[in-house]
Amino acid sequence: MSVYFIRRLLISIPLLFGILLLSFVMLKLAPGEPSVVQQDLQTRATGAQRETLRQLYGLDKPIYVQFGRWLWRVVRLDFGRSYSPDGRLALDKIKERIPITLGLNLLELVVTLGIAIPLGILSATRQYSVFDKAMTLFVFIGFATPDFWLALLCMIAFGVQLGWLPISGLRSLNYEYLPFWTQVWDFCSHLILPVAVASFGGLAYLSRLMRGSLLEVVRQDFIRTARAKGLPEHDVIYRHGVRNAVIPVVTLLGMMLPGLLGGSVFIETVFAIPGMGQLFVQSAFSRDEPVLMALVIIGAGLSLLGNILADVSYGIVDPRIRVSGSGRS
Amino acid sequence: MAMPRTSAWRQAGFFLCVLALVACSRPASAPSGERGGGPAYGDTLVEASIGDISGLIPNITSDSASHEVGSLIYSNLIRTDKDLRPEGELAERWEISPDEMTLTFYLRKGAKWHDGEEVTAADVDFTYRYMIDPKTPTAYAEPFRQIEHAEVVDRYTYRVRYREPYAPALLSWGLWILPQHILEAPWKAGIDLRTTQQNRFPIGSGPYRFKEWKTGEKIVLEANPDYFEGRPYLNRVVYRIIPDQSTIFLELKAQNIDMSTLTPTQYRRQTDYPAFLKAFNRYKYLANAYSYLGFNLRDPRFQDKRVRQAIAYAINKQEIIDGVLLGLGRPAVGPYKPGTWWYDPNVKTYPFDPEKAKQLLAEAGWKDRNADGILTKDGQPFSFTIRTNQGNQVRQDTAEIIQRRLRAVGIDVKIHVVEWAAFLNTFIRKRDFEAIVLGWGLGLDPDQFEVWNSKMTGPDELNHIGYQNPAVDTLLEEGRRTFDIEKRKKIYARFQEILAEDQPVVFLYVPDALPVVASRVKGIEPAPAGIAYNFIKWYVPKSLQRYTR
Repeated sequence: MSVYFIRRLLISIPLLFGILLLSFVMLKLAPGEPSVVQQDLQTRATGAQRETLRQLYGLDKPIYVQFGRWLWRVVRLDFGRSYSPDGRLALDKIKERIPITLGLNLLELVVTLGIAIPLGILSATRQYSVFDKAMTLFVFIGFATPDFWLALLCMIAFGVQLGWLPISGLRSLNYEYLPFWTQVWDFCSHLILPVAVASFGGLAYLSRLMRGSLLEVVRQDFIRTARAKGLPEHDVIYRHGVRNAVIPVVTLLGMMLPGLLGGSVFIETVFAIPGMGQLFVQSAFSRDEPVLMALVIIGAGLSLLGNILADVSYGIVDPRIRVSGSGRS
Repeated sequence: MAMPRTSAWRQAGFFLCVLALVACSRPASAPSGERGGGPAYGDTLVEASIGDISGLIPNITSDSASHEVGSLIYSNLIRTDKDLRPEGELAERWEISPDEMTLTFYLRKGAKWHDGEEVTAADVDFTYRYMIDPKTPTAYAEPFRQIEHAEVVDRYTYRVRYREPYAPALLSWGLWILPQHILEAPWKAGIDLRTTQQNRFPIGSGPYRFKEWKTGEKIVLEANPDYFEGRPYLNRVVYRIIPDQSTIFLELKAQNIDMSTLTPTQYRRQTDYPAFLKAFNRYKYLANAYSYLGFNLRDPRFQDKRVRQAIAYAINKQEIIDGVLLGLGRPAVGPYKPGTWWYDPNVKTYPFDPEKAKQLLAEAGWKDRNADGILTKDGQPFSFTIRTNQGNQVRQDTAEIIQRRLRAVGIDVKIHVVEWAAFLNTFIRKRDFEAIVLGWGLGLDPDQFEVWNSKMTGPDELNHIGYQNPAVDTLLEEGRRTFDIEKRKKIYARFQEILAEDQPVVFLYVPDALPVVASRVKGIEPAPAGIAYNFIKWYVPKSLQRYTR
């Protein structure tokens, strides 16, 4: 298994290189320049000043030289300074946003799984019942609803009209002055709408997967055997059925790894949550290349890692899947 | 000077009402008397900013959010009063030498930095030297490059000598003065000041002290009790960073934000209900900007003045104002805002008149020769593309209305909407456009040398339409060399007259600025300078104060 793992890891290196090269070239091919050079139209900046800035950032060099220099820095884990006027280290800008996005997405994932799995099980055990059909309709409405629209509706209903929940942000303005438990409630209440909206859209996929997988499993021989030996239906479903049916869902989690750090652009923008998605959009708008490329590396790295983990976990949870080189060991 | 409006991403902030001029200003629901008591210290004003600030040394940023926050933390040598006349802030008074080439500033004594040091001429001098350093990444250095010699006469006196008389000089010192005692050492050591503490935790000399900046979340400022013009009434100012317009509006409706600007639709249709009007005062006055349809004057078709005039006649400006601004604006007749002392209303105007347009086009040789409704000349149909930037619905709608009106007189117009960066780099800078719909923000001085002078047509310069008129060149030169207001007024009146005749662009409209402030905040007195000029005098009566901590 470890040989397989290492081999997969090695294969990812050229793959990662390819992704970075393509991203870099695409970034350079896009019209426009980093806004630090461009200064918008606010030009009292003369052409000469622009040239100075281009030289300062090495933007006057041919693209392969720029890529080579950038790669060499990245290999030494130096992601450079942001081009935006704050001039902060790209990594610092990313680091301060990781906990927010990671926390939010983990919460969203837990909520989605917490609802989708029971929903899938109930739908499967009551296949074609009214409940099953209603749930199918419900989750597909969630799937089809644009999240930014739903977000605005919820904000109007719960934030403006009813005034039950805060509309945006992570904390109230007087947060520092609140007693501890009020702080906890304040923070949680700010998360309710974004997590609810984000989870609603993800329900369909996971609950349908769970339903389908369980229906598949209960048709198999060992379930018939379990029933034949007189196990109560509850035990048949939950002890034997669900455990096996949940395997594809679990392996899917590996695929979700990059998403955990990617952040949802819509959710973070609409709810004013300063996470990775926002940073990505802002960097893209201002052509903040150091930050943008650092984000690309993280995204690409996690996607590759997620794929490997998914493959490996298949092997672990399902002994029928053998990977070459590990089966005989 | 003239600064163009930046993309919708940036311009949507509060900038307009900071700098906005006023023609007709009246709170839509007048604050009545002093309900709840007189001026009192306390309370917090919460504002929203669509983007995070980019740094806290405003001299080297170019986004409106950074400038707005910076303006409360730092103070200037000179500023403009409510009628847009220059007045001293750090400078107690100033003298202009008889030859109009030397400016002497006398600083007020006892103005303090937030760390207790006194503000002196050395700080002014440092700011000047920093601004003209070619390595300083600032867009505002040009006026200071006109200076021949600068000297610190004594602790409270600073003198600058210009190469030649330069009328915008005085207002150019409406510049944020930076603390020499903090920044000189790192600057001398060659450190990029953007990476210093000052850019993150600034020490200023303005009415508010920096308290905290949570990236992407909020910026908090606290009243400076030692401010040399007296402590501001409002204890705290919070800028919440909310990157979405709709969310800002919902937070405003829920009264979690005390101050914002409205769009025409919000003003007309979404805030006109009693609960909102009770909680907020809405203001309306002409913004400090105008929109235009610009022609590429290198294109032979647009070199004929009659064609440009014909297009001006063919466009119904009021229809655009009614359609895209819901009536919240005024037709523009030139590059200045009505109500400023340099604005000349008596210029040639182009009322909507399609017949006159057709007649002028026919005179210029454009006729419908094959009855397809499109004019032709030398076998070429009259067809061109208007380019404008993405993210600004008002501009796109304007272009569409123009398209329809020009089609009616036989000109075929296509519209191309391009993302802002690409729009600038690929089309504007390379002069690859036939016509554009864009806007300019206006400065506090009538000098528009950069926009209209024939020398300013280089790729990075602002006369992108390629306007060349020797008479205008002379007037612009004269205008910035003349200090006497009456003489300047005449110069700029002539300039406006020529532009109105030439129509190098079709001046479309001056939009209204539509700021809105929570009604518990008193002391707001709209003036030609907008509402923010007396911010430190705004207050919330004790009984109406909302945030006690």
